[in-house]
Amino acid sequence: MCLGIPGRIVRIDDPTRKLATVEVSGVRRQINIACVIDDAHPVESCVGDWVLVHVGFAMSRISEEQAAETLKILTELGEAQAEIEAMRETAVP
Amino acid sequence: MKFADEFRDRDKARTLVREIETLADQIETTKTRPLQLMEVCGGHTHSIFRYGLEGMLPSSIELVHGPGCPVCVLPMGRVDDCVAIAERPGVIFTTFGDAMRVPGSKKSLMQAKADGADVRMVYSPMDALALARKHPDREVVFFGLGFETTMPSTALTVLQAEADGIENFSVFCNHITIVPTIKAILDSPDLHLDGFLGPGHVSMVIGAAPYAFIAEFYKRPMVIAGFEPLDILQSIWMLLKQIREGRAEIENQYTRIVPEAGNHPALAAVAEVYELREFFEWRGLGSIDHSGVKVRDQYARFDAERKFAIPNVKIADPKSCQCGEVLKGVLKPWQCKVFGTLCTPETPLGALMVSPEGACSAYYQYGGIKRSNTPEKEAVVS
Ligand code: SF4
Repeated sequence: MCLGIPGRIVRIDDPTRKLATVEVSGVRRQINIACVIDDAHPVESCVGDWVLVHVGFAMSRISEEQAAETLKILTELGEAQAEIEAMRETAVP
Repeated sequence: MKFADEFRDRDKARTLVREIETLADQIETTKTRPLQLMEVCGGHTHSIFRYGLEGMLPSSIELVHGPGCPVCVLPMGRVDDCVAIAERPGVIFTTFGDAMRVPGSKKSLMQAKADGADVRMVYSPMDALALARKHPDREVVFFGLGFETTMPSTALTVLQAEADGIENFSVFCNHITIVPTIKAILDSPDLHLDGFLGPGHVSMVIGAAPYAFIAEFYKRPMVIAGFEPLDILQSIWMLLKQIREGRAEIENQYTRIVPEAGNHPALAAVAEVYELREFFEWRGLGSIDHSGVKVRDQYARFDAERKFAIPNVKIADPKSCQCGEVLKGVLKPWQCKVFGTLCTPETPLGALMVSPEGACSAYYQYGGIKRSNTPEKEAVVS
């Protein structure tokens, strides 16, 4: 829960509530993106962006390369599997 | 060595280790005692063990595994409170999976669930809010847990519940805050730390400024570190460089994730929903002033503490548990009397055994990777 997991924003679901669908290793789920929105990154512009997701909230933007490297390390730590398993419960079909 | 086989950037790692050795030799202190560096974050602890980083470092550097695993510092009484809420009729008690197995004085949440309480594991506080929408006739309580990394998530969920007019949702707020905790550790007389690896993801939220006192008043260096093996080695190298040059500054190794000023929307949500508690009880560390937050009056109807009568009983840790000493780095995990015998990851007695971020569980699982300067007999499970 503290290390988070990288995901890619694939769709904006609710611009007012700042909800978006993110894809993490093939699993899709809805997350809140309020913490990565600012003047330079309005809600609508976020599709395709990589973010670090903690307990369903995007907390930081990352580059695609960082995302890949982070995912690799998380897998080695055994954290990625646990996160993805927990996400799967509430996956968006 | 396990590390070298698995680690892609082994050349970079080797170079860093060599430079760390050179620096360590140039530091006067290491002639009489090892330098003690504390990693504050449980994610670092996990990574250090998984990659065997301790074993790569010269014996003049000792890593002290700090209290930065929020699950590990939950006192037993707090788990009892969770169980008491969960066992109320009509309640759906929701929690991150990490907290399910932490032992209470009578049972864990997992056992409460087996006994019939409606305890559900969720991935996000938003899932708890969704459950509240789905079951308007039930009271859905979310166990809010974690440092500043997860604090914004529950704050934003409360704000969402308010905006949506949801009445049957509340948070049992047990969020803790890192800065007073580091201060308490620095004030503890049985501890001599030479520097800190700062928590990466907490700092992503709060930024670097709140740590300034560590350098200014305590004259200790801190390097905010990422959790990948190279990040950690590089941060140790940066710490040693500061120590050798006689500097004490707050430096940021994890700039790709940690902005100097932190995350503004996250901090704003936290400030809106929460305020500091006068004190908060930690497992092993006792009560620490201003180390926890509670829900502000304005959001009282989302506060499980006000919605339900919480027993709030203080339960002393079992005598055989030495979690406190281990947390402060005074004892190594294997020096605890029950390590590996009465206390194992399958049947944890203390919380440090519950999560892979806890020092005891990490030692137990990755125990094969030992410090080269560790006398074998000491490391043998008693
Ligand atoms: S071995 Fe168990 S009881 Fe002893 S310090 Fe570790 S977690 Fe606590």
